[in-house]
Amino acid sequence: MAERSFAKEVQHLKIGAGETFRGEGILAITKALLENGVGYVAGYQGSPISHLMDVLADAQDILADMGVHYEASASEATAAATLAASVHYPIRGAVTFKSTVGTNVASDALANLASGGVTGGALVIVGEDYGEGSSIMQERSHAFAMKSQIWLLDPRPNLPSMVKAVGDGFALSEATNSPVMLQLRIKSCHLLGEFVAKQNIAPAMTVKDALENPKRDLARVVLPPASFLHEQEKVTKRLPAAIDYIRENKLNESFGPAKGKVGIICQGGHYNGVIRGLQRLGLANMYGDCDLPLHVLNVTYPLVDDEILNFAKDKDSILVIEEGHPAYIEQNIRAILHKAGARCKIEGKGPFPEAGELTGTIMLDGLSIYLRDAASELMPPVARAPNAPPILKMPELTATVPARPPSFCIGCPERPIFAATKMIEEELGPHHIASDIGCHLFSINAPFDIGATTMGYGLGPASASAFNDKTAGRRSISFLGDGGFWHNGLTSSIGNAVFNDNDGVIIIVDNYYSAATGGQDILSSRADNKSKSTKHPIKQAVEGMGAKWVRQLDRTYDVGKMQATLKEALETPETGPKVIIASSECMLNKQRREKPLHKKAVSDGKRMTRTRFGVDEDVCTGDHACIRLSGCPSLSLKTLDDPLRDDPVASIDQNCVGCGNCGEVADAAVLCPSFYQADLIQNPSRLDRLFSDWRQSLITKLQKRRDARRLVFTGDAS
Amino acid sequence: MNAHTLSKDASAEIIKLAVLAVGGQGGGVLANWIAQLANRGGYAVQMTSVAGVAQRTGATIYYVEMAPKTERLPVFALSPAPGDLDILIAAELMEAGRAVLRGFVTPHRTTLIASSHRILAISEKEVPGDGRAQSTLVEEEITSAALRCVCFDMETLAVEAGSMISASLFGGLARSKALPFEMTQFEEVIAASGRGAQQSLAAFHAALTYDSAQIDDTPSQKSAPTVDGPEILLKGWSDLCTQIEGFPNDARLIIQAGLTKVIDYQDIEYGKTYLGHLVAYKYTDANLTKVAAKYIANAMCYDDILRVADLKTRASRQTRLRSEQDIPEGDIVQITEYFHPRAQEICGTLPAGLGAWIESRPRAFAALDRVTNKGRRIRTDGIIGFGLLWAVSALKPYRRKFLRHRFETAHLSGLLEHAHKAALTDTSLAIEILQCQRLIKGYSDTHTRGHSKFGKVIAALDVLSGRPDAADWVRRLRSAALEDEKGDVLDGALATVHSFAS
Repeated sequence: MAERSFAKEVQHLKIGAGETFRGEGILAITKALLENGVGYVAGYQGSPISHLMDVLADAQDILADMGVHYEASASEATAAATLAASVHYPIRGAVTFKSTVGTNVASDALANLASGGVTGGALVIVGEDYGEGSSIMQERSHAFAMKSQIWLLDPRPNLPSMVKAVGDGFALSEATNSPVMLQLRIKSCHLLGEFVAKQNIAPAMTVKDALENPKRDLARVVLPPASFLHEQEKVTKRLPAAIDYIRENKLNESFGPAKGKVGIICQGGHYNGVIRGLQRLGLANMYGDCDLPLHVLNVTYPLVDDEILNFAKDKDSILVIEEGHPAYIEQNIRAILHKAGARCKIEGKGPFPEAGELTGTIMLDGLSIYLRDAASELMPPVARAPNAPPILKMPELTATVPARPPSFCIGCPERPIFAATKMIEEELGPHHIASDIGCHLFSINAPFDIGATTMGYGLGPASASAFNDKTAGRRSISFLGDGGFWHNGLTSSIGNAVFNDNDGVIIIVDNYYSAATGGQDILSSRADNKSKSTKHPIKQAVEGMGAKWVRQLDRTYDVGKMQATLKEALETPETGPKVIIASSECMLNKQRREKPLHKKAVSDGKRMTRTRFGVDEDVCTGDHACIRLSGCPSLSLKTLDDPLRDDPVASIDQNCVGCGNCGEVADAAVLCPSFYQADLIQNPSRLDRLFSDWRQSLITKLQKRRDARRLVFTGDAS
Repeated sequence: MNAHTLSKDASAEIIKLAVLAVGGQGGGVLANWIAQLANRGGYAVQMTSVAGVAQRTGATIYYVEMAPKTERLPVFALSPAPGDLDILIAAELMEAGRAVLRGFVTPHRTTLIASSHRILAISEKEVPGDGRAQSTLVEEEITSAALRCVCFDMETLAVEAGSMISASLFGGLARSKALPFEMTQFEEVIAASGRGAQQSLAAFHAALTYDSAQIDDTPSQKSAPTVDGPEILLKGWSDLCTQIEGFPNDARLIIQAGLTKVIDYQDIEYGKTYLGHLVAYKYTDANLTKVAAKYIANAMCYDDILRVADLKTRASRQTRLRSEQDIPEGDIVQITEYFHPRAQEICGTLPAGLGAWIESRPRAFAALDRVTNKGRRIRTDGIIGFGLLWAVSALKPYRRKFLRHRFETAHLSGLLEHAHKAALTDTSLAIEILQCQRLIKGYSDTHTRGHSKFGKVIAALDVLSGRPDAADWVRRLRSAALEDEKGDVLDGALATVHSFAS
């Protein structure tokens, strides 16, 4: 079950024409798919479209009622390949994943899809993980569209425009026999807004119809000679068709006065940012009515040459605002004007930085610089001589505020794995450690500081492939999450290591979910999932690949065992990969699952145990070695009211979930005896009470006996 | 600043608000409430967030824009811009500091609502000394950076009301009057939020009506420790207390604390030894007396198995544990202690001769280690576990005969010797030397590492003694030693010191 439930929200997907739909961007997109008669949807989770997958999963029944097939794909490549259903059949299909990483994975299937072309509308919804909050390398999706001839939509970031883009996308795809990519940025996905709904439409042809009436057209199969014909067809037929469709249906929009000395062309997704910049300069009002011509590209590939030429006509200069590097749109527009011999000047990555997110400040500065130069007479006083308050310089504050990198949650079962690894490195010296994508990548931050590279999802062990030298005195260690394992790690990483007889150690971090993306189920999840087949052990798959040295640890919190197993893996004379599968449930999901059950059991009067950990403040000496091996958010510091103490002592707050990691680490690393585990017995039985009273009376006797022979101080810290 | 030119900013009529929180604090709940509030108040509103699902404990940001509803929809921006925010809500003090550094708080327009409580960052927690950021500095800086600042501990108010910080921050927002909505509208939003609405309302009102004047900020005047015990021991105690009178006024409190600590640790006799050590500092600089009183007590009360066993079996410990863990008197709690004794600790708790004999024979020592060196979980709510620790604590009268005591006594003598020598010519150096006892803490490897750092700093005295800046250097070395675990910073500083000699 996913971390966030949309069970309530998806009911709104059923609303009919004329009603107002209120919700997040991703919900609006789902509704738009239903309004446009989609026949099947698929995808792979990842920010910022994880929730789109969660919405679709929670909406399965609604989809099924309409004859729409939903699939949680094994990877982005699988998702893209799913669109093959639209090649021969007039079925509308949509897939979604995170870009650019997902698009990279999907590119093989996307290129094949785009070569043969489609009959039914094929929509690829990419969640653009770019700029603040992103967790991946910063690249543009634009290149994929250009290289494969997939049309790229980048609608204005408001719900009505985004919803319209879904319909436009399907229609454009069908009109041009080409797949269409719909780009959604992080903030649009999480944008809360509203739009007027239309009636949902059941697919004209369902996947069931297609299965029962199979079709085949050799001209659509990517194999010579058809593939050479596809290449020609893309530029002679499909591209012109796309340009015609975009022009005729006015997919791009123009705002402001029709004429002007200068004008702006921007990506649809940045419309709001541009308007905000103009508003701040006094060149647009609250509703976006602006004082200079603005051409908004809701389709950023392909561009419509005559639209651009028309816009450039009678202008001295045009500013092109696009995010990221390379400046494909600017280059394209320059080429169009150059070819036509137009004299209009183009500015782009000049007033604007070559790379990076177009933040509010960059937008304001870029517009100011450009307009001051190109059209100073347009500028109100505030804009010509900006008198903005200088940003305060606070060197002391800068030096004081600590960074706050993301880290493992309270009680995370991955923390003890890295504590054990850190301890092994202390014992045996540093190793080359390859990391992967997932929560476990937080190991690269303090306090663990473990991991040298990350080369892509499921590619942790693959990225240690070169370190395969039988004569070396040390082995590599690589990490792989259960999500990455099923995504492609089984073959790319495990299979590769077996085949090449790589002696390295591979640790598979199995937390029962695709946890980093929001707790979606995967093949090895232990949950019952009514529509998916789960509970397929990773160990069997690894052994099936031919790995011989495989160890399964079912409680990662056993730091000592983890440490011993890792040591054995690093020292055993056996050749081939040493695979350790470290399994414990993601604590975030476990708590979400168990807390309500526990609460209910307690209120039903059942005997339950509530476990928390604590630190004896008078035993703790304030060295914080435990924190350097844990980093648990609930393990913090407190100052003692004792004039004899200098340093704050460790302290566990009430958010502790009782995972036991701190105690286990203190034991395994032989730190100190400050940690204790306190199990509160809820709804104790009569026998519990009897025993407890008896024990306590004996303990009190012993305490009194000792106290009678010494001085007992009270009201003091020591 | 010219008000006329500012009015040209067409987005000035839009209220711009950002929430900065630490992942897991419920920043999303708060942002949703604000959006609903705007809706109820007849405003068009847009909310966005950058709460990437992978950001579990990192900094997260939510952004809300609103403007009075008209027939046309305003064009709202999707992310906050520096210098362009009316309201900034920070759910933690350093996040408020971060917001200021990012330019999200500006003196001419931003109302800042911040909770002054701390969620320590890992970089603050992991240093061996005290790496915590200075809260007072941040509070002052953020207050000066904002137009108005509502800043107090809203986390505690929320916890006390059984709710989340989102509710008390919402109260802080209402209190600031920075939004044009009625108090009842705020309350309606919470009331409509369903589960936990009652507690949320309580937290909301707590923040709304919070009065800093009513909060007693002065540190509680500690009541003098009361002491109880057999007549003869009490007599010994009062005799020793009388001896304290002979010390400078300034130092008496800390000597009292030190004396209490060593007697609590061992016995009256030990208290006499303690005061005996202090005699040498009776007529010195008062600061030196105080420092000596503190660190001699700490050195005498080294952490051994006996002490841990004693502390873990006290009645006062049971009381403290129950209050820390929210376990009412009468409820049953099972307590498991995490112990991991090694042969070193066992030898230390043997008669000095025997302990040293084993330690000098590697095979015997290894054999002992094999038997003892493993994790042990001891249930101190049970008779056997408690009895075991109780019995160990009963060895206290023999402590002075143990190997560990021999070692620690030698250490203390060394420390005192260095301090005495320095005190003859350089009082401040003596003070700094005594403070180096702070480096020794922890158990097992941590303790060994502490000793090694201590040894390195003391060894540097060979080069430093006699220099006018010797005290300063020892202080610097000591801070360096507390900065990281392995002592790399210390080694760097020592390299500089040793360059003096060449």
